Amino acid sequence: MPDFLLEIGLEEVPARMIASAQAELLKRTLALLTREQLIASDPVAHSYATPRRLAVFIQGVLEQQSDISEDITGPAVKIAFKDGLPTPAAEAFARKSGVAVADLRTISTPKGDYLAATTLKRGRTAAEVLASELPKEISALYWAKNMRWIPGSNEKFVRPVLWLVCLLDDSIVPIQFAGQTASRSTYGHRVLSTGEPFDIVAPDSYLAQLEGEYVLADVELRRQKIRKALDKITRQIPNARWREDEALVDAVTHLTEWPDVLLGNFEPAYLELPEEVLVTVMRDHQKYFAVEDAHGKLAPHFLTVTNIALDEINTPIIKQGNERVLRARFNDARFFWEFDQRVPLTDRVALLENVTFQKDLGSYAKKSERVRTLAAKLAAIATSRGATMDANAIDTAATLAKTDLTTELVKEFTELQGIIGGLYAASQGLSPTVADPIYDQYLPASSKDSIPRAAEGQILGLADRASTIIDMFSLGLEPTGSKDPFALRRAANSVVRILAESNLPLTLTDVLNSAMPTSDDLLAQLQIKKSLGNIPVFFAERIDFYLREARGQAYDVVKAAMAAGTNDLRDLVARSEAVTAMRGSEDFLAVSAAFKRMKNILTQAHAKGDIPSSIVDHDFLLDPAEKLLAVTASAAASAIEELQAERNYIEALRVIAALRPSIDDFFDKVMVMAPGDDLRANRLALLTRTLNDLSRIADFSEIVTAG
Amino acid sequence: MSSAVAKKPLTFQELVFTLQRFWAEHGCVLQQPYDLEVGAGTMSPDTFLRVLGPKPISIAYAQPSRRPADGRYGENPNRLFRHTQLQVILKPPPERVQELYLESLVAIGIDLAQHDIKFEEDNWEWPVGGAWGVGWQVMLDGQEITQFTYFQQCGGMDLDPISGEITYGLERTAQFLQDLDRIYDIVWSRDPITGAELTYGDVRLHEEQQFSAYSFDYADVPSLWKHLELYEAECKALLAKWPDIAEGAIKFEELVEAGGKTYSNSQVLRFPTLGAYELALKCSHTFNLLDARGAISVTERVGVMARIRNLIVGVAKIYAEQQRLTALPGLTTA
Repeated sequence: MPDFLLEIGLEEVPARMIASAQAELLKRTLALLTREQLIASDPVAHSYATPRRLAVFIQGVLEQQSDISEDITGPAVKIAFKDGLPTPAAEAFARKSGVAVADLRTISTPKGDYLAATTLKRGRTAAEVLASELPKEISALYWAKNMRWIPGSNEKFVRPVLWLVCLLDDSIVPIQFAGQTASRSTYGHRVLSTGEPFDIVAPDSYLAQLEGEYVLADVELRRQKIRKALDKITRQIPNARWREDEALVDAVTHLTEWPDVLLGNFEPAYLELPEEVLVTVMRDHQKYFAVEDAHGKLAPHFLTVTNIALDEINTPIIKQGNERVLRARFNDARFFWEFDQRVPLTDRVALLENVTFQKDLGSYAKKSERVRTLAAKLAAIATSRGATMDANAIDTAATLAKTDLTTELVKEFTELQGIIGGLYAASQGLSPTVADPIYDQYLPASSKDSIPRAAEGQILGLADRASTIIDMFSLGLEPTGSKDPFALRRAANSVVRILAESNLPLTLTDVLNSAMPTSDDLLAQLQIKKSLGNIPVFFAERIDFYLREARGQAYDVVKAAMAAGTNDLRDLVARSEAVTAMRGSEDFLAVSAAFKRMKNILTQAHAKGDIPSSIVDHDFLLDPAEKLLAVTASAAASAIEELQAERNYIEALRVIAALRPSIDDFFDKVMVMAPGDDLRANRLALLTRTLNDLSRIADFSEIVTAG
Repeated sequence: MSSAVAKKPLTFQELVFTLQRFWAEHGCVLQQPYDLEVGAGTMSPDTFLRVLGPKPISIAYAQPSRRPADGRYGENPNRLFRHTQLQVILKPPPERVQELYLESLVAIGIDLAQHDIKFEEDNWEWPVGGAWGVGWQVMLDGQEITQFTYFQQCGGMDLDPISGEITYGLERTAQFLQDLDRIYDIVWSRDPITGAELTYGDVRLHEEQQFSAYSFDYADVPSLWKHLELYEAECKALLAKWPDIAEGAIKFEELVEAGGKTYSNSQVLRFPTLGAYELALKCSHTFNLLDARGAISVTERVGVMARIRNLIVGVAKIYAEQQRLTALPGLTTA
């Protein structure tokens, strides 16, 4: 069985796009070979990638599809033969099938006798199939950003394609893509190799041949090489370690074909600048790794991953160049740090008039006012429920929160907004209850971040996001499909997380109602109401996302728990976790099934025009089984109420599960849809009451039960 | 500081000569810098307009680029009100254009084996010109020395063929070659007889000081607004004259399809799209001055940018149509 190799040679592919394209190319190639029945049952498949190439190597490709014999049906015998002689219809069919008339068979069908032929469909060779199908797979690869470069053609790819290698064992499969025809010719490292193309002998020599030309095509090997080199070089400094940064390791892995690591230094005087600024300069702007001492404090060194082998001659040159660039960057940062401090944050509030928040919503000055008002409302509600926080600090923090947008440092390092504000606030003598909320205001920015540290920061974070969401929705700028230009989903995720993971005694309704704009103009008010109509669904989606993604709850548990209310998010989390803990028990599943049955009965009753009340006439309960259910369910309801107040949901669910015998008994013995109207109404009322009483933790009918 | 670069590095002016010679030897027309204020070499009509339409061109020029808000009164070692870009446009880009670019680095004295070079994704966008492209920033030992862009759209129109744009930051490149921390220390020229050196600071520092002061402190805001309005009004008035002129040519185009005659296109040829573009560039620079002066409020900002975009995209559309019409067979200039 031949080995297969595909290599697409490209101008430098953006690092962020390589990993997914590499995986997709392998997936598509394997899918194609599988679909075309050109692959052994136990193939060995690898994919490789560097900035200048994507490659797939597969062992166990079949040389040829097997031939398939196929029965085809032709014309009816009575048309095909006249007087025992074949008519033109029979001859035409024989020709089409590639057999002699004498070899045609007759088959009987319910519609009569027909002619039939067995034809052999020749399997195509792997080379034929690949040449015709593989280019389609390559061109279907997803790229976050594409380009055109071929004159007169609308063909798009991530960057210009420079060469293609496509081999089945040692023979070329001359596939064509993006103006190139595959050969066995490839290129090595841009500088370390000769620059001349060289031939890949066979697929299984690919990796070794490339390595001979200074290209380490295996991504994992390259990553390991980088990590080892980082470790090794850091050992030159006593007690130091490089600061782990998986995303950065990933980025430099995809920026190099032949990586090496160089240690550089900077003047310790720069360590007076905030570590956040230094690390951002190194990591985001220069792709340098930071080095820290034994206490985790930043040390005056950096590590850069080069795309060239380092030696005694080039090391000092490259080191000096990188050190000079970093010095310039740090100088800039220091200049900005000192320059910005000449105008303290408190004097920058007025400057926010000149910073646009959104064109229809005006400046950040207006935005800050709205956040202040909302934060004050939320703080008042939380305080009235016993929370302690510094309302004045929240107000000051909300007033100053966006002022760092006017600083040079944030203009230079936009990713540090908020953090810079917090640092300036602290350096300008504001208390930590003001500085920390400013510092934390954009937390959590991703699922990996934690929420703001203290209540003041949590309130500010809620107020900032909630006001943005409500403002954007009022303008009709809500997210649609994959479009979410104002990152409102992320903002809502943060609202959900802060409410669910903080100790603030606030509900989602508290937040949204407080954020709701009011207008004296009745028409305007109606318009606002209308545009905010999608807010509940929008938040329900975010809550559902949070419970599933961050809390790992199954979708039916999430649905069940959310059906019992999404207002108090900490409560919702506790309820859904209890349901998850209990859903394994047999009694619980049985009760869930019973709830489904109750719900179905009530739905059908509705459809027939029986509108059940929830008031049960206990004197009219006739059957002992229904009496028992009424008594046990009502006792359970009061027990659950008490347990719910303590958030002891596991115990509450045990109480519900314990109802199983009386529920089973009820369904065994009682006919709900009884002929007598009053009797039926009372039984429906009993079911309604039971469902209502017991569905305050979750709608158990949503739980998926086997069978 | 001891220099790690062994041979005496190029002076600033030698750097300009060498790159220009290199690209001239590779088929580029050398153009002089555009004589109006532009924020980047891309805004020169030699780039922005020539990339439109089907006509191939290879062109290079050193373009002083003014960014009033970036001025630092000559006090910041790495920032300038006016810097110089060496702009190369290759339409269409030749295959292996990256290798050609790397050769140009060798030409200015960079031994690639002794440095770390990377092409990192960096895409370009100029919303006011309805223009964008994809490409890289070229990093040399951690220093970004060049922007490399494949233009995809200009004036909101898809480009075919596309153009490759190579923009060298000349000050950064010179700093790199001469291993300097301050732009103002760059050796601009060296007297061949006496060896006396003039630095970048000797040549340009006073410009930085005075233009920073002009943009931040002196420029008269009401006058700038008036300039902006006048330039805009004239540009708009010019653009409004085009449809009538185009109509005649378009009618002729239909005639050609029907049977073919000759038609004088002098009106089409002489329509001053380039003049309209200069007026639009004036608007753009005036806007930048107002911005540096802190005179543009939030509400105004978006609106003014949209007004300038209308002018620039309007010019680009007319330019493309004008090129097409003047290239029609059968037209005469009589």
